[in-house]
Amino acid sequence: MMRMTVGALFAGAFLSVASVGAQAQSGSATIDAIIKRGEVNCGTAGNSPMFSLPDSQGVMRGIDADSCRAVAAAILGDARKVKFIPTTAQNRFTALQSGEVDLLYRSTTWTLGREGNLGALFASVNFYDGTGFLVQAKLGVKSAKEMDGVSVCVAPGTSTELAVADFFRMTKMKFTPIIIADVNEIQNAYLAGRCDAYSTDASGLAGFRFQQGDKAKDHILLPDIISKEPLGAMVRKGDDKFFDIVRWTYFAQLIAEEYGVTQANIDDIAKSATVPELRRLLGLEGDMGKALGVDNKWAYNAIKGVGNFGEMWNRNITPYGVPRGINNLWNAGGLHYAPPMR
Amino acid sequence: MSTTTTTHTPVPERSQPPLLVAGPIAWMRANLFSSVWSSLVTLALAYFLIKFTVGLIDWAFLKSVWTVPTDPATGKLNPDACRQAKGEGACWAVIWDKYRFILFGRYPFDEQWRAAIVLVLFLGLFIVSAMRRFWRPVLALIWVAVLTAIFTLMWGGVFGLRYVAQDEWGGLPITLILSTFGLACAFPIAVLVALGRRATNLPAVKLICVIYIEVIRGVPLISLLFMASVMFPLFMPVGLNPDKLLRAQIAIILFAAVYLAEVIRGGLQALPKGQYEAADALGLSYWKKMGLIILPQALRLVIPPLVNTFIGFFKDTSLVLIIGIFDLLTSGKVAVADPIWQAFSTEVYIMLGLIYFCFCFSMARYSQSLEREFSKSVRR
Repeated sequence: MMRMTVGALFAGAFLSVASVGAQAQSGSATIDAIIKRGEVNCGTAGNSPMFSLPDSQGVMRGIDADSCRAVAAAILGDARKVKFIPTTAQNRFTALQSGEVDLLYRSTTWTLGREGNLGALFASVNFYDGTGFLVQAKLGVKSAKEMDGVSVCVAPGTSTELAVADFFRMTKMKFTPIIIADVNEIQNAYLAGRCDAYSTDASGLAGFRFQQGDKAKDHILLPDIISKEPLGAMVRKGDDKFFDIVRWTYFAQLIAEEYGVTQANIDDIAKSATVPELRRLLGLEGDMGKALGVDNKWAYNAIKGVGNFGEMWNRNITPYGVPRGINNLWNAGGLHYAPPMR
Repeated sequence: MSTTTTTHTPVPERSQPPLLVAGPIAWMRANLFSSVWSSLVTLALAYFLIKFTVGLIDWAFLKSVWTVPTDPATGKLNPDACRQAKGEGACWAVIWDKYRFILFGRYPFDEQWRAAIVLVLFLGLFIVSAMRRFWRPVLALIWVAVLTAIFTLMWGGVFGLRYVAQDEWGGLPITLILSTFGLACAFPIAVLVALGRRATNLPAVKLICVIYIEVIRGVPLISLLFMASVMFPLFMPVGLNPDKLLRAQIAIILFAAVYLAEVIRGGLQALPKGQYEAADALGLSYWKKMGLIILPQALRLVIPPLVNTFIGFFKDTSLVLIIGIFDLLTSGKVAVADPIWQAFSTEVYIMLGLIYFCFCFSMARYSQSLEREFSKSVRR
């Protein structure tokens, strides 16, 4: 009996997918569903400064939020047609697997386990992060290698906790972990001097230090980054066309930055563009959009909607005082590198 | 024998008993300074109380920062004034900047007047339901009408109101929706389950009720919410997903019904057997017996534990935090995630605490007045 019911459910799901497929021709169930719905369901954290956090008026701000908007602009032509679905660290993957969200931009680290076990693919990396240390200046420490015997404030159950423990074991140094769950409490404890060092993603540390205003000089962000945390977009496996569009929207924003195309000047550039790749980016020649199953103006719409990658960075990350560092374009010493658009 | 006449000087009439026998000074002597130890404890406590109160007033009002200027360079608020006052005075500027977000969450800013009306409607609904003169069938109609109005306002899409998807709802309306619906729907279920559990002549019904109660009561609310939010969608075909709020709401109803059912069962068992037998002797049917004789008395007996459960559930709705629904507490937490205000979470939590306290305290006071009202007949 149970088996029959499950079978019926699967049959129903298959039929509904098949009937949707018959209506549109993009060749991707996800894109068709988005077009039919008229908006992109984007899973975000919704409580994470710099990535996605509502401002005082409830508008979602952050680099993850803007990356979602870019995908919405590429598919639907309008960066506002995106629904931000707040997900927690626990329910984010279920939300993706069950189809509650189309994609996940939730400062999620790209790891083998997640790609191998969870039926998810990482489509792009919009933030290269890593675990770092912020230490009290009066400690006189200049490098993470000199931190023998310090106490470190970390949040429990995070990849930071593991990375810190591994680092101290590898370097054969002693440390006292001070485990505090709430981020506000950690920061208060660190400021009150309960721990000598505070460890989390380097971006968060830089933002926290910047927020201390003229007291920032009392805290030193050590240059050592002890783990790799590439954060980016996740999509479901099995829908390659949608994977392509998410990934290439990100690449398009990188290419736009390479050519100096911004939200403000894109229309002027479109009038006089002669470089072939730029013309293809703006949808003036070639059938780049059609190859991806969307409008040829897809990249134009994304850049017009949220700007190029550098603009996204300057709008969301720079105000928090986080240096661009390895998040620069490849030709400026960073890791963001787009394959040619042709 | 000569008769001597003694003249009594009349005792002057006292308008009041002597100050040392009655009145505040006497009360203090009797209760606060009756012995050396008592006096010492009183003085010590008075010292701490006054010091605390002065400190609190100092922190909350005298040294506090009410507004901060906008930084002309970035167009954002500049919280330096608050940072300087940190540790000495409260920074109420965070409330001033974020109060609309805390109250209404991500509800579109220009449409928040709708959510504000919803709050007023909810309060009106509570007040009307509390008044005994409205305890007539018409109250059901009032509930239907007001709830329709509430959901029309929240969702929109008609009468020229912009459509607002449920994911954008947040703040106090979500807390009130979850708790009001949770308790209003759970209560009838609870009555039926409580009756079912005592229905000895219907073993199947009784077994189902017992299983339902024991299974749901045996797991924490958090795990039910996780089931509703994480497991349930996996059983459904892709794209067919009942609303997240609805899933959480159903979990809360199921959970609240169990606890209410056990409270009501306590009332049913406290009634003397004679009441049941008298009702049977009158030849009343089962439902008439319960509706007219047993339940009115049983429910009256359990008003204190019922209200206790209500208050507990009102606060438990904040657990939806873990499944990403923006209730009042979540909105407050997200508001202080803003790096500008990260150091000033105390002020926000005080505000949240006051809001929760207002609701819970009025429930408690109301239940006390209800008990007094109902016990009149018993005392007579």
